[in-house]
Amino acid sequence: MNEMKPIRSEAFEADATIRGGAHVSQRHDSAHKHVTGEAVYIDDMVEPIGTLHGCLGLSTVANGAILSVDLHAVRAAPGVVGVLTAVDIPGENDISPTGRHDEPVFAETEVLFHGQPIFAVIAETRDAARRACLKAEITYEERPPVIDILDTADDPRLVTPPLTLARGDAAQALESAPHRLDGTMRIGGQDHFYLEGQIAMAIPGEDGDVQVFSSTQHPSEVQHMVAHVLGVPSNAVTVEVRRIGGGFGGKETQGNIFAAVAAVAAKRFGRAVKVRPDRDDDMVATGKRHDFLVDYDVGFDADGRIQGIDYTYAARCGYSSDLSGPVTDRALFHCDNAYYYPAVKAVSAPLFTNTVSNTAFRGFGGPQGVVACERVIEEIAYALAKDPLEVRRANFYGTDDRNVTPYHQTVEDNVIHRVVDELEASSDYQARRADIIAFNRESRIIKRGIALTPVKFGISFTATHFNQAGALVHVYTDGSVHLNHGGTEMGQGLFTKVAQIVAEEFQIDLDRVKITATTTGKVPNTSATAASSGTDLNGMAAQVAARTIKDRLIAFAADFYDVPAESIVFSANRVDVGGHPMSFAELVKQAYVARVQLSAAGFYKTPKIHWDRDKGTGRPFYYYAYGAACSEVSIDTLTGEYQVERTDILHDVGKSLNPAIDLGQVEGGFIQGMGWLTTEELWWDSKGRLRTHAPSTYKIPLASDRPLIFNTRLAEWSENAERAIRRSKAVGEPPFMLAVSVLEALSMAVASTADYRICPRLDAPATPERVLMAIERLKAAGAA
Amino acid sequence: MTLSTRTHIRFRLNDRTVTLNTLRPTETLLDFLRLERRLTGTKEGCAEGDCGACTVLVGRLNRDGVLVYETVTSCIRFVASLDGCHVVTIEHLKGKDGTLHPVQQAMVDHHGSQCGFCTPGIVMALYALWMRDAHPSRPTIEKALQGNLCRCTGYEPIIRAAEAMAEISQKTADPLQAERDEVRSQLAEWQTGETVDMGDGADRLILPASIDALAQSFAANPKATIVAGSTDVGLWVTKQMRPIGPLIFVKQVEGLDAIEETDGGIRIGATVSYTDASAVLSETYPAMRAYFDRIGGDQVRNMGTIGGNIANGSPIGDTPPPLIALGATVTLNNAGTHRTVPLEEFFIDYGNQDRQPGEFVERIDIPKLRNNEIFAVYKISKRRDEDISALAGAFKLMIEAGRITDARIAFGGMAATPKRARHVEAALVGRDWSIETIEAALPAFESDYQPLSDWRASSDYRMMTAKNLLRRCFLEQQGETASLKRFAAVEA
Repeated sequence: MNEMKPIRSEAFEADATIRGGAHVSQRHDSAHKHVTGEAVYIDDMVEPIGTLHGCLGLSTVANGAILSVDLHAVRAAPGVVGVLTAVDIPGENDISPTGRHDEPVFAETEVLFHGQPIFAVIAETRDAARRACLKAEITYEERPPVIDILDTADDPRLVTPPLTLARGDAAQALESAPHRLDGTMRIGGQDHFYLEGQIAMAIPGEDGDVQVFSSTQHPSEVQHMVAHVLGVPSNAVTVEVRRIGGGFGGKETQGNIFAAVAAVAAKRFGRAVKVRPDRDDDMVATGKRHDFLVDYDVGFDADGRIQGIDYTYAARCGYSSDLSGPVTDRALFHCDNAYYYPAVKAVSAPLFTNTVSNTAFRGFGGPQGVVACERVIEEIAYALAKDPLEVRRANFYGTDDRNVTPYHQTVEDNVIHRVVDELEASSDYQARRADIIAFNRESRIIKRGIALTPVKFGISFTATHFNQAGALVHVYTDGSVHLNHGGTEMGQGLFTKVAQIVAEEFQIDLDRVKITATTTGKVPNTSATAASSGTDLNGMAAQVAARTIKDRLIAFAADFYDVPAESIVFSANRVDVGGHPMSFAELVKQAYVARVQLSAAGFYKTPKIHWDRDKGTGRPFYYYAYGAACSEVSIDTLTGEYQVERTDILHDVGKSLNPAIDLGQVEGGFIQGMGWLTTEELWWDSKGRLRTHAPSTYKIPLASDRPLIFNTRLAEWSENAERAIRRSKAVGEPPFMLAVSVLEALSMAVASTADYRICPRLDAPATPERVLMAIERLKAAGAA
Repeated sequence: MTLSTRTHIRFRLNDRTVTLNTLRPTETLLDFLRLERRLTGTKEGCAEGDCGACTVLVGRLNRDGVLVYETVTSCIRFVASLDGCHVVTIEHLKGKDGTLHPVQQAMVDHHGSQCGFCTPGIVMALYALWMRDAHPSRPTIEKALQGNLCRCTGYEPIIRAAEAMAEISQKTADPLQAERDEVRSQLAEWQTGETVDMGDGADRLILPASIDALAQSFAANPKATIVAGSTDVGLWVTKQMRPIGPLIFVKQVEGLDAIEETDGGIRIGATVSYTDASAVLSETYPAMRAYFDRIGGDQVRNMGTIGGNIANGSPIGDTPPPLIALGATVTLNNAGTHRTVPLEEFFIDYGNQDRQPGEFVERIDIPKLRNNEIFAVYKISKRRDEDISALAGAFKLMIEAGRITDARIAFGGMAATPKRARHVEAALVGRDWSIETIEAALPAFESDYQPLSDWRASSDYRMMTAKNLLRRCFLEQQGETASLKRFAAVEA
């Protein structure tokens, strides 16, 4: 046996635990760089000499045949190096993410939405490219555009096959129910308004190679799309992204075109090319959250318990399929929110419109599913003159029975009762509701409302094969660790959490783990960082990689020091080898000398899940995340203006990997959801032009829109019932839907103007105008 | 008159002096920072002054010679307008030894950043706040952040950081405190009274030093575009890419930013910023305080001017409705010749104002309220703060012995110009100050206005709300709560 080297053993005593391990609050890994402006986004990167800049030329009509494209003046404009149109694409002029060949890079013979790219100008400066773009002369034979969902009634065209979920005999249940009502809800879309707009920079390489820096949530897809458009194999394209300035789903597929154009131009002109659209172009030319028109028909008993329900979820998908299939599917997967339907039929209608192709956005259709479901609960409550919370309770999924979803998955981890009970108590819901009703009797102009709404959200990509991830971990001979995985950092703290998992595995301080940029060259064939799955998938893959190396170190030490493997313990920056401590670095160095491989790839695939879309049955979700929010609002009945007085949230993230970061996701998701349901309004004119295409016209929440009192707690008692990464739960999307409480509180305040006898049917977004109009409708109905 | 001129501009950028002998008049500060100086900490989020990601500080000697620092949105601020100023970017905050500034440390400690893209702008906004109020209240913090969008955090951790920043001890000297004397004397040295005149043709830019020099320059170049705060003109460049040169910058013109109390009221120079105007007008017309707090964010209020808000003729400018209701007049200068017109007559039609070539807005005179006069002004917008009005209404009513004896009511957003509601006024004057009179007057709104439908509001909503604002005005005078107050205790 070799003699042990007692290396700085006194130092080991100081470390009871490592700094920055799992389940502790830890600042975002880049926080200190964010606050100094040192964090590098793609537009901040040092540009190669001679970098060119691209600008997309967008269609000025929403529907029409292209008659002529005259770009002479564009080419002749100062600083212009070249112009690209469809004929300049070496490979295929298609970037449809689901392979339906319905999304060209550049329109060729027809344009299908206002703002569709037709050409690109490549110039010496971004300013020159933008100015040159304006000189294009394009003529169209205009056709009447189909803009709104209601415009599709005569000739509904679907961009992708619809889904039907059914369990039991909904028609029969509706017939036999003691009470029955139907209605329609309109739910607006939402622009992502990531603060960093879309951007890509491509650097040409040897042979067919190109390196692309892309602000994307899905580097592998950018890689595939660029390869496809260039007509080269995927191995010629490397896509890298260190961080993005917000994504929210808007950079899952919508970055593809900018990367593709940059790459084509880079190969064509042999120079680096950057494409960064102006905010207005970004908002006009890239997809958004789907707006929906939801028809519901519900039968229920005197307790408000639903007996049968029928839904149609019609969605404005825009001119191409993009991700509309899975988005509208997920809307149906959440038409139950937290409620059991004894008999249900839900159908989606992913409709073609002459608008930008709608895409992923935090919740991915789920929020639209949930908000329509909560409207139904409200309807029942007003019809029966009950507190909506009572109706909610009557319909919650059971734990042992009444626990099968419309897609035939059994809910096995239901904690909604406890979440809602605790929040009801901590928010003092009942007393405050009584106070508000009393207040509304006295106050003539200002009215108040309160609502407590639950969330249950299914975790996993519903396309089962996306539920896989890879990671790459290197341990260097000084004991420092290089971490890479397929997930992208968009502010959600994924890199921090995964690094904490790796630090925890090796029992080394977090600052010994170097977080590195996501690149298709290190981890291939990755899924989008989406569906809240980033940590679940990549954290697990990184853990697997770290454990592989750790196992090799243990095997080495057991052999080298001739001790049982069980006696080798990693703890707080040291390794005990049969009772003899040494530093992690020392063990690593010895393993290296003994020619032990100190690099490993990790791989993970989510167990248990399966989904048969044709039959509408399966277990699409590994588990569910739960939460609830209670919001109180005031409205001004003269103007429809409102403010959120207080919000209390209790949210389930399982055993939190990083409570500070999870709390940030819950608070931020709630406010983003509140924006969607209140002030964020997408407004197209009759010609199909989006007129709310910049922050001057499109209003996301400000600090002064926050609830005046905002109490957010994580359900500290929760542990994931499934063996997800360290028993935590996904957190990206579920809190978004907590904001339904604001919409419904507004609704209650409106309802007070007619003594709570009529459901206000307040559609979203509930702008001051919609609130006032709802009050007027109630007035008219009350007078009738 | 002999005027000394200079053909370069000079300003201080962090700790360095910048002298520019050539300059595109419409070069934005943001592009200059990022592309010329590679100071990439300042971000472009919207290029229209609405998101705050590009926030930097501009220090200048104010009309009292005091060195003040204000937040501005660098994306719509032209470099030329910085002559004689101190530009401070995010790169200047951290100590030379790498220590974070307390504002930065508070943001880290309280998890105030997620994606980080808005963060430099938020830090600069909080830094400006920290300099003037280290222990800010929540209303003060929210006001300081009105011009900054964050899409990730929901703001809560940023508010917590703002509340905690005073608790963090300063390990290294605050850069602007350390160099304050040096900066003050440098900027003072640069106050030479010279007019700057650079470039030719459309690329010419002029920074007149005095009102006379401005009048001469504009008379000689009547096709030039006058740039005051550039909160509107900036977008002509960044969004519309309109050729607008030559440019005459006016914010540095001595005396054009004067504020004085006159016998009859208050006189506001054309280049007085919203921030400075608010301080004065809120004293005389208390209803103005909350109203001004809802114009843009701090950055826009610091840059934008009352004269610019009037001269651009927008039907939804925030200041014309209250100023018209108050009976303000505008005084124009044409090559040194002055004329004064009632403000409502200045707005002739959409895009058409009573302004001759070479003529510019020099000042606004606002009469004080008389005894028995009440004044109220309201703004309706989709989002409470930092939004453009769907409509805005202002009411000045003389109530004597329970009767309305005079009325001036003006609305923005209801017509092609800011416009008086003369039919409504007629329906009120001479009648009892009662809810019956108010209700009877409401149909007159339809004679005064036929508002448009657009993305800010429908015609129906505008009409309904305009009527209800008159109701609100009455009810509030009766002591009834008829509007929302986010911080009731503070706003009361």
